[in-house]
Amino acid sequence: MKPPPFDYHGPATLGEALDVLAEAGPDGKVLAGGQSLIPLLNMRLAAPGHIVDVNRVPGLDKIEAGPAGVRVGALARHAAVERSPEAAAVLPLLRQALRLVAHPVIRNRGTVVGSLVHADPSAEMPAVLALLGGSVRLASRGGEREAPAAEFFTGPMESALRPGELAVSAFFPALPARSGTAFHEVARRHGDYAVAGVAAAVTLDDDLRVAAARVACVSVGPVPVVVDVTAACGTRPAASAGWEAAAAAVRDRVEPEGDIHATADYRRHLTGVLAARALRDAAAAAHGEEA
Amino acid sequence: MNETRHRVTLTVNGVVREAEVPGRRLLSDCLRHDLGLTGTHVGCEHGVCGACTVLLDGEPVRSCLTLAVTADGHEITTVEGLARGDGEPSPVQRAFTECHALQCGFCTPGFLCTVTAFLRDNPAPSEEEALEAVAGNLCRCTGYQNILKAVHRAAEIQSEEGGA
Ligand SMILES: Cc1cc2nc3c(=O)[nH]c(=O)nc-3n(C[C@H](O)[C@H](O)[C@H](O)COP(=O)(O)OP(=O)(O)OC[C@H]3O[C@@H](n4cnc5c(N)ncnc54)[C@H](O)[C@@H]3O)c2cc1C
Ligand code: FES
Ligand code: FES
Repeated sequence: MKPPPFDYHGPATLGEALDVLAEAGPDGKVLAGGQSLIPLLNMRLAAPGHIVDVNRVPGLDKIEAGPAGVRVGALARHAAVERSPEAAAVLPLLRQALRLVAHPVIRNRGTVVGSLVHADPSAEMPAVLALLGGSVRLASRGGEREAPAAEFFTGPMESALRPGELAVSAFFPALPARSGTAFHEVARRHGDYAVAGVAAAVTLDDDLRVAAARVACVSVGPVPVVVDVTAACGTRPAASAGWEAAAAAVRDRVEPEGDIHATADYRRHLTGVLAARALRDAAAAAHGEEA
Repeated sequence: MNETRHRVTLTVNGVVREAEVPGRRLLSDCLRHDLGLTGTHVGCEHGVCGACTVLLDGEPVRSCLTLAVTADGHEITTVEGLARGDGEPSPVQRAFTECHALQCGFCTPGFLCTVTAFLRDNPAPSEEEALEAVAGNLCRCTGYQNILKAVHRAAEIQSEEGGA
């Protein structure tokens, strides 16, 4: 099918974009990569009166990586972030997760920030932002605010973005030294949305014991489900840690729903298996081993 | 309803083309209906099948998930533009013919565009990499075996011809 009619705006500056968005209010939608919005329009599941295409706004495609973390601009495509050696050096998890987002051709257009705003509970990047405790910077004609991940994802396909706001960038904080990450998921076909998926981050202390361990699960709740499993891991050397207790803690916490692809029980089981696997690989990476 | 129309200028296969389109015109429809280039096929219009894949400034994208107005001022290569200037089929096109990588041919334009860009970036792909490259395009007929053969054969032809 074809999109319903709308007024198209192609602002050339951020200020112009914010003016149009302010005027359009709840009837306005930002168009970034279009890889989620245009399917919704084509299926007539959305019919905004105004589309504000930000693809011509200069400066929004920046990827800034430093010791504190990685800031990704609203027009940084999945593929650009995936390929950025600087971003991967600070946070290998970005590349680990992006390789699981759709197919390469979709990643050429889709943006990381668009994926966060779209807030699909099956999507990888919201889980990464939630796991790392990152934030989204929201601009409007009234000014800017920084929304932490824990408050940004409010429900399935719902974020804290208010009418008139544009997400200008997202910040993914770096992890402490001796940390490792991994992202594992099961999809029916590589590139499809995950039936279940788990991102993990493990930090070791000076004696290589588990100092902190966290996971974020996708496709098992209305928003990314973050579980701190440090206590369940115990203060054990990471090399000999059995991750089963941690995996059980994750399994007990998630509340998946069943659908045509998988029953709730299967999703819960899968989440436990993937959590153990992701934690083990994250700990190995923290040791400096390639998972 | 009287929709506002926007003038767009696209460089398609090296030729500057103009069209006047409503904001909601998909790039796929602009190519097919406004510019008469029906080589680009349309299957699902959800981004799933890949039949509509074209090159936008050299990068493969779904033309059904791109607005024609967004592409204004950019370069597009469609399947019609893959052959050499003298009309000789490109290495990827020749490999698809040689390896019987098409049956009905509906998916073929999308595969040709995807594979052309893929081999430009990765001229000697592994089995695994070739598989991932074509996994985003759906083919109802071939079972993919011959398409994968064609990817490797095209890589061979390209290296024999010195990367041409
Ligand atoms: C076939 C297919 C498979 C896919 N598989 C996956 C997958 O496995 N995992 C996954 O995570 N994603 C998947 N996606 C979605 C893809 O990752 C999208 O790129 C992403 O969800 C949205 O990014 P976008 O830039 O395309 O946003 P758009 O489609 O442009 O916008 C999406 C929504 O976010 C809003 N928005 C976007 N940018 C901003 C901004 N800067 N400020 C305010 N609002 C904004 C829009 O108004 C809209 O509501 C898939 C898509 C397709 C077509
Ligand atoms: S028609 Fe564009 S992906 Fe199917
Ligand atoms: S050859 Fe028929 S769909 Fe691929």
